[in-house]
Amino acid sequence: MFHWLEKRPFFFAVAVFVTIAFAGLIEILPNFAQASRPTIGTAPYSTLELAGRHVYIKNSCNACHSQLIRPFKAETDRYGHYSLSGEYAYDRPFLWGSKRTGPDLMRVGNYRTTDWHENHMWDPAGVVPGSIMPAYKWTFTNIADVDTAYAEQITIKNAFNVPYNKPIPMKDGSTTTVALADSLSGAHASALEEAKVVAADMKNQNVKDAVANGQIPEIVALIAYMNSLK
Amino acid sequence: MENRPLEYDYTVAKMFMFSTIILGIVGMLVGVILAFQLAFPGLNLMLGEGLAEYTAFGRLRPLHTDAVIFGFTLSGIFATWYYVGQRVLKVSMAESGFLMFIGKLHFWLYLVGVAAVVVSLLLGITTSKEYAEFEWPIDIAIVIVWVLWGLGIFGLIGIRREQSLYISIWYYIATFLGVAMLYVFNNMEIPTYFASGGIGAWYHSVSMYSGTNDALVQWWYGHNAVAFVFTVPIVAMIYYFLPKESGQAVYSYKLSLLSFWGLMFVYLWAGGHHLLFSTVPDWLQTMGSVFSIVLILPSWGSAINMLLTMKGEWQQVASSPLIKFMILASTFYMFSTLEGPIQAIKSVNALAHFTDWIVGHVHDGVLGWVGFMIMASLFHMAPRVFKREIYSKSLMTTQFWIQTLGVVLYFTSMWIAGITQGMMWRAHDEFGNLAYSFIDTVTVLHPYYTIRAVGGLLYLVGFFMFAYNIYKTMSARRIEENELQTASPMAA
Repeated sequence: MFHWLEKRPFFFAVAVFVTIAFAGLIEILPNFAQASRPTIGTAPYSTLELAGRHVYIKNSCNACHSQLIRPFKAETDRYGHYSLSGEYAYDRPFLWGSKRTGPDLMRVGNYRTTDWHENHMWDPAGVVPGSIMPAYKWTFTNIADVDTAYAEQITIKNAFNVPYNKPIPMKDGSTTTVALADSLSGAHASALEEAKVVAADMKNQNVKDAVANGQIPEIVALIAYMNSLK
Repeated sequence: MENRPLEYDYTVAKMFMFSTIILGIVGMLVGVILAFQLAFPGLNLMLGEGLAEYTAFGRLRPLHTDAVIFGFTLSGIFATWYYVGQRVLKVSMAESGFLMFIGKLHFWLYLVGVAAVVVSLLLGITTSKEYAEFEWPIDIAIVIVWVLWGLGIFGLIGIRREQSLYISIWYYIATFLGVAMLYVFNNMEIPTYFASGGIGAWYHSVSMYSGTNDALVQWWYGHNAVAFVFTVPIVAMIYYFLPKESGQAVYSYKLSLLSFWGLMFVYLWAGGHHLLFSTVPDWLQTMGSVFSIVLILPSWGSAINMLLTMKGEWQQVASSPLIKFMILASTFYMFSTLEGPIQAIKSVNALAHFTDWIVGHVHDGVLGWVGFMIMASLFHMAPRVFKREIYSKSLMTTQFWIQTLGVVLYFTSMWIAGITQGMMWRAHDEFGNLAYSFIDTVTVLHPYYTIRAVGGLLYLVGFFMFAYNIYKTMSARRIEENELQTASPMAA
């Protein structure tokens, strides 16, 4: 059979393709629908949080920080409850990472504050002596891309039925709603409202001035995103 | 006429040889910079505060991985294809104007793609998915480049004189098909600009998969990008170049059959070992573990087949630096394909995952196996492509030992770093509290990060020696056709 295949490139290629393709089908398809179902209490990202997530991706924070807590005592002691599949339902792309040069950030919103992040992103070794993380000072001056975040929200709402403007069940039995503006200017206005809350806890005067002038520096969006990680 | 050997046309092979060397230097140089940044974080500011955004670890890291995978390695794969393909199919590129045109187009479009990747990654335009960071416009360009290569492969096969496909051709075909399938499915994404009616950045896209599914597809891709870029085509190279250079027949045809079909069948299942203890289903994690162990069989099958090809001719390892490179490459292949399955055992993975041991594993594979084999292939090709003897044998030998030392420093330091850090993360004191804060587990790594950076630097130095040797070969003593039968001619 193999001698026969080796003289017939077309059938050879088909045989190779079938051999390599079906493992993927069997591994990925069976749990596909189940794995994308959100857990109770998991809400989609707001415009500002999503813009912050883009800043996180732009700087490849995921190259050094994981967002996946494994079910070991040492990990739950350090980072909180181990990760559940449904908690990632609105993560496109996933940001689990593959290397922990720095600590896991899956629930960093539970134990770090806006103030802490501001100081740390400006001078990591000043907050954590011995830290090898670079400073991210340019995020204090670069302006966050709210337009693209809003475009992504519209896309995922239409394509994947992400429940913006719909009641989302919370753990205590109540519901919450993540609003999605119906225009770009509306999106900018709501992002700025959120940004003001973050900037109020910050001390960098340039950042405060920018927000007062209606602009959102990347650092504000990034902190909003990290505060949402719980 | 009938008895004259075919005149093969190496125009495209030469082009890709150059890009192999240039992109190898770029990828490895960035890697060395990253390694030193981890040991000496001040280097994140090496070009000053103003350019800090473009020299920080996070921005450079994808540039390193992608330059080595899709720059250095892919160029090496293409260069060897345009050399090996003609020779084992017994047909010259010069016989088809169409295939020659496709080949050149393949090269130039590839270069455009590489340039776009470099610029976009430096600007922070990335999807964040490892080895699939490119946004949709570049993805489309990559698909076109890949289709052109496919046209080249199957076009050449279509006009072949030798009816039976040699083992290397099997592996090149598998590379083409495997990467095509993986790349397309992992990069399913929706451009947000068009989906939102023209809002935001035109190049931005959002993944069609979310969370756990996205992770599953990504590591099905990520693991098998290793399979179909770092393993399958490199095996294609050694199956051609080792028998050619040593003048020995491949030890066993049956073993090569078993290894090929075994590798094709088993490799794809093993992706789950990147997701152990994550939120993907348990059965899948176990499958990933089990198939990773089974993977030893076809991997060692190829490697042993190559080592036994040298049966009775082991003195060549001592006398020829080119054979040295290839034998050490297959040895590192065996080593790396034993280490991988060990790390895929759940209890070992619990310790090793997220640590530098994984980084060490990748690098003993890529530096020791992929890098050595590609350089050996180019060394073998150079006299035949340029019709000149290799410039310096002693430079080659020196390079071999410097780089071997570099690889050994690299993986030993990363073993120690990884296991140390893994043990410290899980250590508890007598009250059951965590024994170390996270920063304790970072500062302890400084000596190992320094050793690793030195190891990487040695490898880079060796690579510069390789580039110089190839460059000088282009003006070395001319040689005759009859000097090119088996062992490559080298000047002292």
